[in-house]
Amino acid sequence: MGDVSLGLLELQFLTGLALGCIFVLVATGLTLIFGLLNVVNFAHGAFYATGAYLGVFAFGLTGSFWISLVAVPLGMAALGMAIEKFLLRPLYGLDPSYPLLATFGVGYVLVELIRILFGTDGIPFSAPGAFRGSVLLGDISFPRYRIFVMCATVALLTALWLFIEKTSYGLIVRAGAKSPEIVEVLGVDTSKVWLLVFAIGTAVAGLAGFLAAPMRGVIPEMGVNVLIEAFVVTVVGGMGSLAGAVIAGLAMGVIISITSFFAADFSNVVMFAIMAAVLLVRPQGLFGRLDAAR
Amino acid sequence: MRLIAVQTQCNEASLVDERPSPFGWPERHRVLVSAAVLAALPAVAPHPALAINILIYGLFATGFNLLFGYTGLLSLGHAAFFGAGAYGCGLAIVALHLPWYAAILGGIAFAALAGAVIGGLAIRTSGVYFGMVTLALAQCLYFIFYQWTSVTGGESGLRGVSVPAIDLGPLHLSLLDPLSKFYFLLFFVVLALAAFSRILESPFGAVIEGIRENENRARASGYALRSTKWMSFVLSAAFCGLAGALNTIHLGIVSIDTLFYTTSGTVVMMTVLGGMGTYFGPFIGAALFLCLEDLTTNWTSHWQLIAGLIFIACVRFFPAGVWGSLLERIRK
Amino acid sequence: MTSHPRSGGLSRRSAFKVATGAMLFSALGRPASAQPAPIKVGFPVPLTGPYGSEAADQVRCAQLAIEDFNRTGGLNGRPAELLVRDDKLNPAEAVSRTLELIEKDKVDMVVGSLSGAVQLAVNDACKARGMIYNALSLSDRINEASDFGPTTYHEGMAPHFSVGALGRYVFANMGKKVAYLIADYEFGYEMRRAFQTIGDQMGAQVVAEVKHPLGAQDFSSLFPRFISAKPDILCVLNFGRDQLNALKQANEFGLKDRMKIVVGALSSTQRIAGGADAYADVVGASNYYWAAEDMYASSKAFNAAYAAKYKGGVPSDYGSYGYGGVRSMLELARKAGAVDPAALSAAVGTGFDFDLYKGPQRIRACDHQSVQSVFILKSKSEAQMKTTHDTFEIVSVAQADEGMLRSCAELGHKS
Repeated sequence: MGDVSLGLLELQFLTGLALGCIFVLVATGLTLIFGLLNVVNFAHGAFYATGAYLGVFAFGLTGSFWISLVAVPLGMAALGMAIEKFLLRPLYGLDPSYPLLATFGVGYVLVELIRILFGTDGIPFSAPGAFRGSVLLGDISFPRYRIFVMCATVALLTALWLFIEKTSYGLIVRAGAKSPEIVEVLGVDTSKVWLLVFAIGTAVAGLAGFLAAPMRGVIPEMGVNVLIEAFVVTVVGGMGSLAGAVIAGLAMGVIISITSFFAADFSNVVMFAIMAAVLLVRPQGLFGRLDAAR
Repeated sequence: MRLIAVQTQCNEASLVDERPSPFGWPERHRVLVSAAVLAALPAVAPHPALAINILIYGLFATGFNLLFGYTGLLSLGHAAFFGAGAYGCGLAIVALHLPWYAAILGGIAFAALAGAVIGGLAIRTSGVYFGMVTLALAQCLYFIFYQWTSVTGGESGLRGVSVPAIDLGPLHLSLLDPLSKFYFLLFFVVLALAAFSRILESPFGAVIEGIRENENRARASGYALRSTKWMSFVLSAAFCGLAGALNTIHLGIVSIDTLFYTTSGTVVMMTVLGGMGTYFGPFIGAALFLCLEDLTTNWTSHWQLIAGLIFIACVRFFPAGVWGSLLERIRK
Repeated sequence: MTSHPRSGGLSRRSAFKVATGAMLFSALGRPASAQPAPIKVGFPVPLTGPYGSEAADQVRCAQLAIEDFNRTGGLNGRPAELLVRDDKLNPAEAVSRTLELIEKDKVDMVVGSLSGAVQLAVNDACKARGMIYNALSLSDRINEASDFGPTTYHEGMAPHFSVGALGRYVFANMGKKVAYLIADYEFGYEMRRAFQTIGDQMGAQVVAEVKHPLGAQDFSSLFPRFISAKPDILCVLNFGRDQLNALKQANEFGLKDRMKIVVGALSSTQRIAGGADAYADVVGASNYYWAAEDMYASSKAFNAAYAAKYKGGVPSDYGSYGYGGVRSMLELARKAGAVDPAALSAAVGTGFDFDLYKGPQRIRACDHQSVQSVFILKSKSEAQMKTTHDTFEIVSVAQADEGMLRSCAELGHKS
């Protein structure tokens, strides 16, 4: 091993943070849907892939990255609403495993539809011109696009937090998650709340896929590992906790990055080792509620 | 948990009600019936390898059903036990040079051990959390076996597990002959089904169904909930382990994919498709799933779309599965 | 080359008897008007999953091989037919499908596989049942005595000679300091061993080595090590999606400005999916590239037949394995005069040279490896491409030479 200069470790740390941002992005949608609907969304990885393909398709039509960036969450939200309304809503009264099973089927169908519509090979897709290349930070260089992704993650999380904490809608959502009956009594149509939450969760998953596309390529199976990664981050952070997803996601990114520098062979296992350790000590995750399973 | 209106056992009374149900007799002699039906499989299945796959996956789904359908715990990590059985049996033959019967027992034992550890951790959680934890722990096992190349063969899988023939006194069976192999494996599957039936009829069987119907009431009745759940988990893992061991003897290899979470997904699909919490359902689900797959893959490479749509329709409109819905209709 | 009938194989004379007997039987045993029973070729390839398009092209090329064989008279009038099955890139599924082909469809031979793990599993199943199997996937292991059987054939290249050829080119022309990025599985290690064997001979120096798990989504955290190691060459030894992602991200982090990138196995499908930018100037080894038509008449004919049958387009590298794998086995059967394992083995023993689509090839007797040319390709940038198919430039061709292979003794075959 060469000399470990400070600049290099800083770069490793920064890389880890950027990686963590993607973990945060993929886990946020999952944890939102779980926390508020008590639904484990097994189609999450498929939503991630669908978002990427939708973005590439929109980019092909418009030629603008920014229009695509807006089109993806809108399109994905519409897809999420349709799935929630026609598939999940009739299952809410039943055992929580039914929505899980239904979304598992949805994941199967979506990925195969992608293969039918766009082929199995994947589609080349690059970052917009302004974000290509690297910037010099002191004596290390770092890709511009990853910096953009970090900024986008911060912006998205801020918007989500403001929505949930500071708007009247967010208040209903929070109250509905705690006690749907009381909200019903107050005359609020909870089914609209669930619809909105599922749409937001789906939109965030799709957006994560599109943001990751220039870095990771656009292929039908791109969501397979992401599903597992999002689960791990969610379990470690505590299911249903937004703060937990953020902290666990960033920590996971940095830990993986530092591990790959010193022992690359273990970078894959370290994630699951951390999760197993957390489960042993705190089954509900770092920020999870003990009564996670209603 | 939503009640699937099938009481496969403990409710002989409901089966022998005023209208003699045409299903009373097969339910009472279910081991015999399933043995007879399975024995006829090679005659109707498109090809012998598929008939054997139905046997193995039917048993796998039956083992999974003990936990999911009868105890009401949805595990998303049962690939771990199918895989542990497969590797246990394979390693017993390749690394320890044990005879085939010891290898099958080794597979069951290894799967039960994996079930004891994973189950012990998982039963501390409940509901969907339980599903997530089993999934995560099963993935851990997958990575351990993936990385441990010197023992397991890693990504290339475990190979050279050949049991070409079985010699029992005067009896000589060539396992290269597909029909001999089928009936050899059927013997173990029927044994397992008989054991499964006995478990359901035992007091233990009544308790786990009590847990499924109403956990709080079961707790109030003074049952040791945690140890019962754990026992159910271990037994379920052992049945899945036998299925895995038989799969090793069938294929002569163990693929690392056996442990991957998609295998867990497949067994969930089969069980739900056939009818969870029913005795015949998992086998019917496995047979439907595998036959559909066999038919469709020969004319389209988009089998996943068909499987997904059927599965969604099943969850949405026939949550009791094909067999479960049929039983419900007859009861009405 | 001398031939050594393998234990369990037939001697040449008895093989000849069997062959003539078979011919007499097929001539006398049926009424003259009846069609002779076709030679059935089972073809399990991963039509579903990430390499669906490679597999689909293999099927296209295999169909072409069947037609060419039948058009030229078949085996004494016996036509061949192709039975395609989907192995789903999964060893267990592949073995199930292979059993179906053997037990239900009664095939005469099996050809196929795209992944190493699948190929070794299918070989096990075929070996146990005395079924001829020609494996199309890259692997060193299948040639070794422990895995090889008298019915095993290997049309796919062994990394030892394909990546070895790449090493010879790279260390002669691009520098001596090498850093490795290796996929953490057998194929990755085989490629590394091949590349480094040549490196050791040519005085190369390893400055960094990192393994990555299969299916890794993000390689960024590995790059700082490569940047600090300052190699001349970054050698990326993985395949498919992993390769595509590694190259895309290496580009993103500006690694190409600091070092040259080479890959052990270059495939046109991955290059098209990854885009010209990610692959520009990357050098790698391949079994075929359509521009070989400027060198070999057989390549020209193969490309033309492909374009005629499939309305344009060019055969891909992986697709062409489907042609070579099926056609060479049928030609071998023609030489042997029968389609049984012993007759084929005997025919190989007498020397089997052919030129079907990529210049001269031959099958080595001890491990049934198809000895063939290796193309060293360089990926073109968007600006350099004249047509959409114009993805690579052939920078060097290592001609078929048994000296590039590991020796029979090295592989554990008794001489």
